[in-house]
Parts: sequence; structure tokens; C-alpha cells
Amino acid sequence: MKGLFKSGDAYIWMTGLSLMFSLLMIAGLLFLIATKALGFFWPADVVEIKLTNGQVYLGQYAGNEAIPQMGDKNIKEYRTRLKIGNRDLYGLDFTWVDDDKIKSAEFPKNAIVLERREWGNFYGFLKELNINGNIIPGESKEAFSQLRGLINNANKINGKIHHIEKSEIGDINYKIENLRLKIRGLELSGNTDQAKVRDLNNKIKKEEAKYKEKEETLSTLYSRLNENKVVMSSVDGTDKTMPAGTLVRAFEPNSMGFFAKLGHYFSKMWEFVSANPREANTEGGVFPAIFGTVFMVIIMSIVVMPFGILAALYLREYSKQGFFVRLVRICVNNLAGVPSIVFGVFGVGFFLYGMGGIIDNVFYSEALPTPTFGTGGILWASLTLALLTVPVVIVATEEGLAAVPKNIKDGSLALGATKFETVWTVIIPSALPAILTGLILAIARATGEVAPLMITGVVKLAPDLPIDGNFPFVHLERKFMHLGFHIYDVGFQSPNVEAAKPMVYTTALLLILIVVVLNLTAIIIRNKLKKKYVSSAV
Amino acid sequence: MATYEVRQEIMSEIEEKVKTETAPKQDNSAIKPNIADPVVEVEDLNLSYGNKQALYNISLEIPKNHATAFIGPSGCGKSTLLRCFNRLNDLIDSCTVSGEIRINGDNIYDHAVDITNLRKRVGMVFQKSNPFPKSIYENVAYGARIAGINDKSQLDEIVEKSLNGAALWEEVKDRLDESALGMSGGQQQRLCIARAIAVEPHILLMDEPCSALDPVATGKIEDLITQLKENYTIVIVTHNMQQASRVSDYTAFMYLGELVEYAKTEKIFLNPAKKQTEDYVSGKFG
Repeated sequence: MKGLFKSGDAYIWMTGLSLMFSLLMIAGLLFLIATKALGFFWPADVVEIKLTNGQVYLGQYAGNEAIPQMGDKNIKEYRTRLKIGNRDLYGLDFTWVDDDKIKSAEFPKNAIVLERREWGNFYGFLKELNINGNIIPGESKEAFSQLRGLINNANKINGKIHHIEKSEIGDINYKIENLRLKIRGLELSGNTDQAKVRDLNNKIKKEEAKYKEKEETLSTLYSRLNENKVVMSSVDGTDKTMPAGTLVRAFEPNSMGFFAKLGHYFSKMWEFVSANPREANTEGGVFPAIFGTVFMVIIMSIVVMPFGILAALYLREYSKQGFFVRLVRICVNNLAGVPSIVFGVFGVGFFLYGMGGIIDNVFYSEALPTPTFGTGGILWASLTLALLTVPVVIVATEEGLAAVPKNIKDGSLALGATKFETVWTVIIPSALPAILTGLILAIARATGEVAPLMITGVVKLAPDLPIDGNFPFVHLERKFMHLGFHIYDVGFQSPNVEAAKPMVYTTALLLILIVVVLNLTAIIIRNKLKKKYVSSAV
Repeated sequence: MATYEVRQEIMSEIEEKVKTETAPKQDNSAIKPNIADPVVEVEDLNLSYGNKQALYNISLEIPKNHATAFIGPSGCGKSTLLRCFNRLNDLIDSCTVSGEIRINGDNIYDHAVDITNLRKRVGMVFQKSNPFPKSIYENVAYGARIAGINDKSQLDEIVEKSLNGAALWEEVKDRLDESALGMSGGQQQRLCIARAIAVEPHILLMDEPCSALDPVATGKIEDLITQLKENYTIVIVTHNMQQASRVSDYTAFMYLGELVEYAKTEKIFLNPAKKQTEDYVSGKFG
């Protein structure tokens, strides 16, 4: 034992153990999130459970646990959680079933799961279809495929409606709004030329006429959504009639083979990353949040890189090293440790109300009192994060600059280069890998930040992406969605927390993936630069 | 008494002497050669880093198109003196200089002197090879680009000529686009020489250019110096006395910031005027 410590082996073991624990924690975290998240899309079998008291449930297994016992700890009884859906009938998506009260559990082949636009999933059996007045009984062979056909059609119509509402009507509204603002601008500037105003008003009328047209198309589309009806019966015998337009997807998990389930799995996964959210974010996809997160990080990087690099250059290459520079350096380091919400508060005070207010007064006065830039938006959120991460970039860049050998600088100066030429052509390229390391750290920090965003521009549901087809195409004043905030909102603020739980894990996994992808991109760029500038052989 | 202590004693004795016999009173005529066509003239140069004086009353003249070597033990100020010729000492904040250095008759410590222009005329090769983290081509073209030459064919010509001048062209002509850091130590040092002569300086300063190289690479560099001195005035600082005797025409022996003796190389090594010089070149101390 004594020898073990004397030889130093014990310390080597200790270092190894610490590393192992760290790795285990990371692996455990990833494992937990990944297992919970990746199971979410799998179409689990639907079980029909009959209880001894005659009650029947139809739903999917959602876990099993020991019943908490008040007195005797030795009694072990278990209960099963079932997702029974049908929120419109039962009020709750989940129910507990005591295991010892279960009489039988079966997997009926014809049990159907319906994903709906409202009220969550429906578990039950197909009773009949009403297609243009023709009644097709649920028992007939082609009933299920016809149900799918109905839903496909309905999805197409819904897609059209979405397109008209978002793009076409959105465009018209955007134009009308701009015309109104022009009129208001004219009024504000004391314009007396009535012809101009009349002209603009006529244009508005034209657009409004177009709007009317679109609305008519929409109403016909909506009525087509409600033409065909699907009648389902739940396991306890209640019938429920639903218009086909309210459905998203129908499947019979108990009669699906492995590959059919796999296909379903990937199509759900694709929906998750590419679609808009539904039902207060608890269903559907998270595409706007992915877009918002990535876009915000990109804007932040564009702002923070030049800013941080220039500051570090001044500190390291130009300023006279002394007490004051040391003080500045300490302050910068401490800035990196300031709680992020403090930066958020600063962002609200300085960017939103300060700069945003000025911009509104100068450029968007016709829209006042409705603020344009004077409220939360992706630009202000990105700038706040840039401020938050600039110390990281400064510190990393300074280290990179300090590591550039002095004799390389001397070599450049001895050739008649000025200090600026030396910095620009020799020192920065040599320090680029370190600078990019700073960017990687900044991205990692910024992607995970939520608190300052909540007060500078993130919302739970943003109607429009910050980039669209309307001039000027990039709308930096818009509010946006963010994956980190999405996790908080779905997991803890949604009306249906239980049902949304898997969504939380899935979104968390996605957030991790995005951090990894963003970092990997930066690392690949860095390695390419390293290869270009620094060879292995010296 | 152990040899080390004997040496210490001799050293402190010498130091004592140098301190008491202050330099200006020295009669320099005996220890300075007559140089007909000087390129660099140093007059009463004093240099100090903060409170620490590094050079005392240096006066010497460096002949055109010859190689002049500065020898002396570590810390004697020979590199500092060399760095005065292209004012690289300016980079050190605490460094103060008095006296004059004239290159082609112009005092380079004059306020009106454009330092970058001076450095284009006075090239330098450093102790440790310091190629930029760029391609071989870009390393050689660097000085020309800084000087504002961007024409590709002109640059090509300069690169080829300089690499030829540094006896490196045949070895690297097929891999000009590769990183300079992938070359061997000797090649890197010759690349630095090529880079320095690419801007066509009048004078080439070499600060112990072979101290990090093996004998083969050293031999190549020495051959190169012999060739280069036909067109350039070369000032070389070296620790290696054999090297000084091989490549240089004139040799200056410095000790503790003072110029002890300066003469034709043969004279320094075969028939030095001063006892100190003789002790050093014969290896009794240093």
C-alpha cells in the first residue's frame, strides 16, 4: 500500500478514475436523452386491456412502476401507465392500471391510431367512412386504405391552405401594410398632395380585392376539408365523428411489419425536423426552432468574430503592456463569468429600448407606436449573445497571438513589412486555428443559452421565419423560436406536460446534435487551415 | 584549484579591467583595419536596455562586398550590434541608442529615416530559421508583395532568381506550393536567405545562421555565403570560430559590450594584437 503511493501509481490511477467518471457522466447523459428521445417516433403496439371490474382500455404502454406504499415496504405491487389518448372523450391522455387488476391484454389487429390536428391521438376502431355521402362500413377490406386516401387528400388541401394563408395572403398583407405606412409617412411629413394619397389608397383597394379572392378560395378549400367524415368508435363503445380534414395520419401498429414500422419511424422523424409545430408545440415538428437557433448563431458569429479578433489584436499587439492592459484583461476574463441573464437585461435596456428606439424613431416613425426594432427580435438576441461570447473569443485569440513565435514577427519586420502588414499577413494566419477554437467555444456557449434570449426576442410560437420571400428577405427585427426555449416551453409550460415529455427529450437531443454539427463544421475548417498553415514536420 | 574556478577568476579580472579602463581612452588605431570602401560606418555607438548598458562606444567600418564576422562569447553584444544595422532593436521598448550608424553615408538613426525602407535595404537571416506558415513560393514572394509587386510573372521571376541565389531552386522547384514548414532545417534556413535576398538588399545580416544546423547543412550555407559576398555585403555573427575563419574576410572580436579588436580575419586568428583576442581565439576562455 505504501509502495503504491510512493511509486506514484496511485495518483495515476486517480487521474484515470476521474477521467472515467467524467466520461461516464457524459455517456450517461447522452444515453438517457437518446433512449428517451429515439423511442418517441416508434409506433408501439396498441394493447386492449380488460380489467377485473369490467373496464376496458385501449392504448400504448408508457411505463411500469412500483406503487408507492404508505406502510409496509415489503409489499411490492406494480402499476402500468397507458397512453389512451382520446382527450376529447376522457379528458386525459394517460391512465394508470394496477397490474393485479388486469384480466387480459390483447393486441387487436384492427386497432387504429389517428393523429389529429386537435385533441391529440385517437385510439379506437374504424366504424364507417362517409365519402361524399357514400357510407363505407369499417369492416370492409378497403376501408382502411380509403381512410388513408382521405387523409392524404386532406393533407394536400391543408398544405394548399397553409400556402395561401402564409405566402399569398401574407404577401398581400405585407404589401397593404407597407402602403399604409407610406400614407402614414406622407401624413407625418405634412404632405398635402392628395393625388399621391389617392393613388396609394387605390393600390390598397386593389390588394384588398386580391385578398377577397384568396379568402373565397380558402373558404371553398375549408368546406372541402369538412366534406368527408370518419366515424370511429372507441373501445368503450362511444362513437366519434371527425371530418377527414382534422386528421394528420392513420396507422394500424398491430398489423404493421418491422419495415413498415421503420418507415413510419423515419417519416415521423422527418416530420419532426421539417414541419411546423402543432397543438401548442406538443405535436408536429420543430423546424422554426431549428432555423431560429442556427440563424441566430450565424448572426452572432458574424458579429463576434471581427469584434473579438480586433479587440484581442489591440490588446496583444498594439497596446503598451502594463497595469492598465492587465486590468482590461482581468475585466474581460471576468465578463465571461457574468450570469447570462445579466447580459439579457443589458440587451433589453441597451439594444431594444436604446438602439431599437432610436432606429424606430429615425427609420420607422410611421409605424409608431407599434415598435419595429424597439422590441425583441433576432438581431438583438444575436447581439446580446455576441456580447456574452466576446470574452471567449478575445481570450482564445490572445492566446493564439501570444503563441505566434517572436522570430516570425521579426522575420516579417526585417523584410521591410510594417507592423500592420506583419499582423495581417503573418500573425493572424498563424493564429487562425486558435481564433477558430475561440469561435467553437463561443458557438457552444451561445447555442445553449436560453435565459437572455427569453427577454430579447424568443417566443414560443413565431408566425414567420426571419427569412422569407418578401423584400428585404432577411427580417432581423422579427421574433424567432429557439430550441432551448422550446424545451422549456414544451416541457414545463404546455397544457399537456405528460404527453409532451418525450418531445422534451427529442428536442434536447436535437439541440445537442445541432451543437455538435456547428462545432464539427468549425473544427473541420480549423483543421483545414492548420494543414494549410502549419505542417506536422518542423 | 579546479579549472572552473580559475576561469571564473580570470573572467572577473578581465571584467574588472574593462570597467576601470573606460573605452574612449583606448587607442583604436592598432586594432582597426584600414577600409577603403566602407558601406556601414559605426561611430561611438552606445546602446542600453533600460539601465543595463549593452554596447560601449563601438566604432567600426564594414567593407563593401566582403563578409565580416562578429565573434565573442555569449552576451558580448554582437547580436545587439547586428540588430542595430536594421534597427530591429527598436522593437524593444526600453532600448536607447546614441551615436551614429551610417549606411552608404546616411545616418540610419536620423528621425527622417523610413525604417521599412531601411529594412528593405538591409536584409536579415536569423539564428533559428523562421519561415512563415505559408507556401515556399509565398515565403520568397513575401518581401516583393510587401513592396507592392503583384504581377505574377514578375513574382515568378523573383522567386526563381532568389531560390537559385540561395542554392535551393533545384530542390524545391517541384513543390513551391507546399508549406515551407515541411522542409528540413537546412532547407528552411536557405529559404530564409532566399527570402532575404528576394528584396535585393545591399547588406545581408546573419545572426548565427548555422547554430541550429548539422555539419552538412552548415557546409551548404557557408558555401552560399562565399558565393553571396560577391554581390552583397555580409555581416555574420557566429559562435563558431572555425566558421568565422572559413567564411569571413574581416573579423571583429567583441567582449562585454566592447569592440576589442577588429582586423582582417587571418590577422585575428594568426597574429592578434591583443592578449584577450588571442586567449579567445585559441580557446583559453569563452
